[in-house]
Amino acid sequence: MGFVRGLKCRECGREYSVDPIYVCEFCFGPLEVVYDYEGIKGILTREKIVSRPQNLWRYKELLPIDGEPTSGLHSGFTPLVRADKLAAHLGMKRLYIKDDTVTHPTLSFKDRVVAVALSKAREFGFNTVACASTGNLAHSVSAHGAAGGFKRFIFIPASLEKSKIIASLVYEPNLIAVEGNYDEVNRLCSEVANKYKWAFVNINIRPFYAEGSKTQGYEIVEQLGWRAPDVVVVPCASGSLLTKIWKSFKEMKEISLINDLNTKVFSAQATGCSPIVAAIKEGVDVIRPVKPDTIAKSLAIGNPADGYYATQVVKESGGYGADVSDEEIIDAIKLLARTEGIFGETAGGVTLASAIRLIESGHIDRDAVTVLCITGNGLKTKEAVEGHTGEPYHINPNLKSFEEALEKINSK
Amino acid sequence: MPVTVKIPVPLQRLTQGKEEVEGEPGTVISLIKSLDQKYPGLAERISEGDKLRRFVNIYVNEEDVRFKENEETKVKDGDEVSIVPAIAGGL
Repeated sequence: MGFVRGLKCRECGREYSVDPIYVCEFCFGPLEVVYDYEGIKGILTREKIVSRPQNLWRYKELLPIDGEPTSGLHSGFTPLVRADKLAAHLGMKRLYIKDDTVTHPTLSFKDRVVAVALSKAREFGFNTVACASTGNLAHSVSAHGAAGGFKRFIFIPASLEKSKIIASLVYEPNLIAVEGNYDEVNRLCSEVANKYKWAFVNINIRPFYAEGSKTQGYEIVEQLGWRAPDVVVVPCASGSLLTKIWKSFKEMKEISLINDLNTKVFSAQATGCSPIVAAIKEGVDVIRPVKPDTIAKSLAIGNPADGYYATQVVKESGGYGADVSDEEIIDAIKLLARTEGIFGETAGGVTLASAIRLIESGHIDRDAVTVLCITGNGLKTKEAVEGHTGEPYHINPNLKSFEEALEKINSK
Repeated sequence: MPVTVKIPVPLQRLTQGKEEVEGEPGTVISLIKSLDQKYPGLAERISEGDKLRRFVNIYVNEEDVRFKENEETKVKDGDEVSIVPAIAGGL
């Protein structure tokens, strides 16, 4: 058995038993998994974690399943890359990239949450899984669901990039392309979820699904040598990842895996969809929804479900937020590729570009041990940098032609 | 034609299992209050005083009322109102 005690409303504190439910019947607040940390504390030690296979299930006591995991057995434990070239460029001392561009199997951090969601869906006895997605989640549910033998219904906005659509279709799910933006897809899905008894990973499985994001935080701490960073910069769509990374650090302190926690948490958004950062900058708790207009489609959630909690984490930890233009996003994608050899998707560009702003404005100290969360692979959003890269040198298949090109290159 | 109100699962216990109920035209908040007469407890769950609770989304004809006039958004005969809990997604 696991260490889950139940579900609890984040707003009014009412408690519920472990079921595929996601919202408090009384006040509509989101439900959160509650653990027996005292019990975990005696059992989950650094030594035990280190002795286990390098995937996200090495922290399974802190994840909401009862038995052994059945999904995502190779997901997680992505590299924490010490980014010295990028650091030198930015005038930083110790900068790290948490590189989820290489998460198994679909190259985004969504493989973490889906690993947990589908393991839990199986425990609940579901045979159909579903999701509303801006792309990355669609890929992950399609792939993990295929491996797990689930029927799959995937709802996406019809305007999604073609490459993202194909990267779902290849796993042969039932792909439903909705004429509308992500918020509209989400609204439709909540109605579908009312009617059909499926495991909607981001609706009725959400309390469990969202816990998977914590594994990114656990790994950062372990890979830094069992210490929390001074600064972490997290891209925000719903705000869930940011709140869960903070939760992961607090849990590690709670069960004595680390002694100190002084991390400042920073939120990164695209200016074309920045309801969370707007609230942080204005110092208010109320999230005003927006209609997204940005190339960072994986962050284009105008009505962020965890936006309020994200602003509270930023406030509590002493962090801040920044929002950046499409042009800055593209420049940052190229900068990360050029300096560290890592090709992040548009959300990665948002994170780095926001970090640059926050360093320049003095909100991030240049001496701080800083981690940037790069959450998805650039090959998924190639369209974003199309026309913004260099061109190949076209030559004929002979040495003379090559040497003419070489001369041009050397004279650059 | 009255106003059609779509009821989410967590509230259907209050509407005797009905997924859809009929309401009176006016504003969003007056609609909620009039529904509470027929289905006691409903208003308390989705609003506090005259304000919508933080995690409740209300759509009038598929448009989020926060893009309109929030609680004061007008509803007229034939409109469709959806009550939807906030849901997660994205990063």
